[in-house]
Formats: sequence, structure tokens, C-alpha cells
Amino acid sequence: MIELKNITKTFTGKQGNIHALKDVSLSVDQGEIFGVIGYSGAGKSTLIRCVNLLEKPDSGSVKVNGVDLTTLTSGKLREARSHIGMIFQGFNLLKTATVYDNIAIPLKLTGLDKKEVKSRVNKYLEIVGLSEKQNAYPAELSGGQKQRVAIARALSHEPEVLLSDEATSALDPDTTEAILDLLLKINKELGITILLITHEMNVIQRICDCVAVMENGEIIEEGRTKDIFTSPQHSTTKRFVNSLFSHDIPDDLLEELSESGQVATLSFFGESSGDPALALVTKKYDIFPNILSGNITRLKDEAFGQLLVHFKGDTAEIHKAIQFLQEKQVHVEGVTLNERHQRIS
Amino acid sequence: MNAINEFLDAWGADLWESTIQTFQMVGISLAISILIGLPLGILLVLTRPGKALDNKFVYNVLNVVINVIRSVPFIILLFFILPFTKFIVGTSIGVKGVIVPLVIYTAPYIARLMESALLEVDRGVVEAYEAMGIKTRHIIWNVLVRESRSSIVLGLTIATIGLIGATAMAGLVGGGGLGDLAYRYGHLRYEVDVMYVTVILLIILVQGLQSLGNFWAAKLKKD
Repeated sequence: MIELKNITKTFTGKQGNIHALKDVSLSVDQGEIFGVIGYSGAGKSTLIRCVNLLEKPDSGSVKVNGVDLTTLTSGKLREARSHIGMIFQGFNLLKTATVYDNIAIPLKLTGLDKKEVKSRVNKYLEIVGLSEKQNAYPAELSGGQKQRVAIARALSHEPEVLLSDEATSALDPDTTEAILDLLLKINKELGITILLITHEMNVIQRICDCVAVMENGEIIEEGRTKDIFTSPQHSTTKRFVNSLFSHDIPDDLLEELSESGQVATLSFFGESSGDPALALVTKKYDIFPNILSGNITRLKDEAFGQLLVHFKGDTAEIHKAIQFLQEKQVHVEGVTLNERHQRIS
Repeated sequence: MNAINEFLDAWGADLWESTIQTFQMVGISLAISILIGLPLGILLVLTRPGKALDNKFVYNVLNVVINVIRSVPFIILLFFILPFTKFIVGTSIGVKGVIVPLVIYTAPYIARLMESALLEVDRGVVEAYEAMGIKTRHIIWNVLVRESRSSIVLGLTIATIGLIGATAMAGLVGGGGLGDLAYRYGHLRYEVDVMYVTVILLIILVQGLQSLGNFWAAKLKKD
């Protein structure tokens, strides 16, 4: 649905050139929710703005629904843009217009007749749950409500694709949850493909099918959300996953525990998270697992749990136990002091 | 009471006529100045580096021209452009003759005021509209001008008051008006009463305009 190929973008700044995007390629399938995560300055904002050419890439092609936008004339580009919805961190509503007009004005400007405008505004206000606020001005709304209006405005053009530029970053956690639920609903019920960028891992965890991690203008890791969560490869990805499941134990404690056994993170997925695998381990092997901390959460449509466990016992026994766990579809990753220091450096 | 009646008998007609002349000069030149100044302000904003119609040449030329005109005091401008005035409206005296210099004086001022008002508009909203595939000319009107309308009204209020001040000098080319009345009778002929009354009338006019402008601007502002 969205296909970015070899996109590069360089900004000329006062302190020399900034390579915002270095040969980035990305492909988002129809009906998917694709998340791009990265710290500020990673280039993710430039990337999403390249999709509707708010930012013109220096080279590379941008295909949305099979059409290469970089080759279009400005008139054709406007037409193409009207099928690509976009929502922003700052909502970007007209302060001087009511909720109704905020959605109606752009529709009128794209040439829809009055009756159609009215029916669309009502339909999409209904979907975002703000029908009774249609005469309010943005200043009278909460952040979450403003974002709902912005979502309704984007949807009212009946786009095939919705781009979300940090849409929940300015919202409190509860409101973020509600907006994410709304995005999920839009994706499921209207079948709209969503490409979002964020710096919050919980956004990825809650709604994304696929995720790409960006750093310094490059995609450093990419895959199904599930895989990225269970076995992140790159250190930045690990930091993002750890931001959700923080099992950091103090260094001195880790050192002490490592002397009497092995500390490991166990990741459980979907069905395996319901299985008492750890209980079986204690019965089968001569070791004493001690749970240091634990966590269970939902990914988009599967449960995902993590345990930080200290296996006390003989090294060979521990090794066998870990193998057994892996056979049971539990992902095991050892935690050692060395590795941790590597991660920090 | 008697004194007031006497004063009105003597000066009422002149005062009335002068007030009308002031209104005429201000009204006509303001209307024309807005028609010229608003588009110029929009052009100044759009041709800025990095904006929709980024054009260094147009932007710089406009900037210089506006600054040059704004550097000339109105009284000088009035005489300086006499030939031009005559060429445009066929005469360089009377209300008609004074409109041209007033417009040339006010339009660049309004352009600057419009520029600063339009620059206040959140870039993000403009971007959101670009992302929806809305044409630039629609964005100008429905986003830029609409969102800055409260500042525009305040700016126009300031411009109008400045314009009233400028009309006082219009008397020098026979434009008439309240300022001219105060000058000719109050100053040159020592009719102090006339001077006081015209000054009070001008104060009331300016106060009223400013209050009206503030009220209207507040009403248009929705945040």
C-alpha cells in the first residue's frame, strides 16, 4: 500500500548538512498498522512527511497505492493527497472554527456538495464519538477530543491510508489509550492502512502489526511486533523494549545472584503464556527458580509476558532447564553484568 | 446652554461638513488601502524563504519598496507625489486629490500589519490543509486570513487611527476635514473654541474606533 524505496533527504542547516534520511526503504501492506519508532532526531518525522510529500525527498520513490507520487504534477499530487489522511501531534485544527466547520471546510474546499459534506461530517463525528460537541470551538475541548476531531477530519476524506505523526505524544496516558483504541477501530472497521511514528513503545505494543526502529536516519531493525518484542537485536531496540518491561536489577545484586546461578529473562507469547512451564522446570530439574520480577501485557492481539528469573543451581542443570523452556516456546535470554555494561556503553 | 447654541449656530455647519470630509477621506482611502495592503501582506508572507511561493526577488523588492515609502513622512509624501496624484485622479486638490497620497501612505503600513498578523498563524494548520490536498489560494483565505482575522481587525484599527491623523494634514491640499478645521480656524485665526471642539471630536472618534476594534477582535477570537 505504501512503498518507500531508497529515500534520502538532506537538510542544509547552519551547522552543515543534516542527513535526515539515508537510503531508507519501507513497505506497508494493505490493512496493516505499521509503526516507526525512534528517539527524537532519528528522522522518523521526516520519513512520514515524505509519504505525502510534505517533505520532498532528494532521491528515491514514494509509492502509495501503486502510484509514484514523486512523478505527479502539483494538481495530481493534490488529488492523491486527498486520499492520504494525516493526523498530527499538535492536532492542527482551525481555532476560529467549530468542530463541525473544522471537518466541513476542507470537504467543501475539495468540491463536495453541501448535502454530502453534511452527511460525512455527521458520519465521522459519530465514529469518533463527538457528535454532541459539533458546535464547540477547539479551545473548549480537551486534548483527546481535539485529536478525535482531527481524526474525523482526516477520515472524512475517506482515505485509504492514514499517517499519524506522533498523534498521541501530547496526550496523557488514559487519553492515549482511548485514541489508540480509536485507531484500532478505524483500522478494523474501515480497513484503513495506518502508518504511524512514535517515540513511545507502548503505542507500538498496543496497536502495531509491524515495527521499524529508526536511528540516525536509518532503519536499524524491522519486523513483526511480536518478533521485535521477543528477540530485539539492536541495542536501541532493546532499550525501547526495556522501556516497557523494565527488569533492571541493581548491579551488585546481579553480581551476587550470578555467583549462585544464572539470571535470565523469559518471554512468553500467546498460548505459551498460559502454560505453567516454569513449574514443570522445577519438577524436572534440580534447580530453584526465583522470580525477581514479572510482567504481562497485551500486544495487538496476543498476550505477551516477561519474567526475570534467577535459576539457582548447578550450571549443567540450568542449561538443560533453559533448553527445556525453549522447547516449550519460551524465549530465554541470559542477563549478565558484561552484557549489561555493553548495553549501556 | 446659550453659549452652546451660539457656538453651534456659528460653527455647526462647518463642523458637520468637516466631519463628513474626514469620514470620506478615511473611508475611501481605507477601503482602497485594504484592497492593496492585504494582498501585499499575503504576498510578503507567501514569498518568504521556505513558504509556499518562496521567491527571493519578489520578497526583497516588496520589502524595500514598503520600507522606502514608510520612511517618508506623510507631509512630505503629500507634496512629493503631487504630479503622480494629478496623473491618477486628474487633480491634486480636494478630497479626491488627497485620497491618492493617503492610500500610498496607508497601504504599505497595512501590508506590514497584515504580514505580522498572518505570520502568527500556526504553520501546522497550513500543513494539515496542504496534506489534505487543498489548493493554495483556498488555504490563504480559509486558513491564513481566517485564523488571523482577530489580529487583522486590530491591525486595521491601528491603521485607521493613523489614517485619521494623516487626514489632518490633508487640509494643506484643500482636502478639508476636522484636522484642517482645527488648524485653519483654531490655530491661524485664534478661534480657540473651534480647536477644542474638533480635538474633542477627534478624541471621541479615535476612542470609539479603538473600542469597536477591540470588541470586534475579541469576538472573532475563539481561543
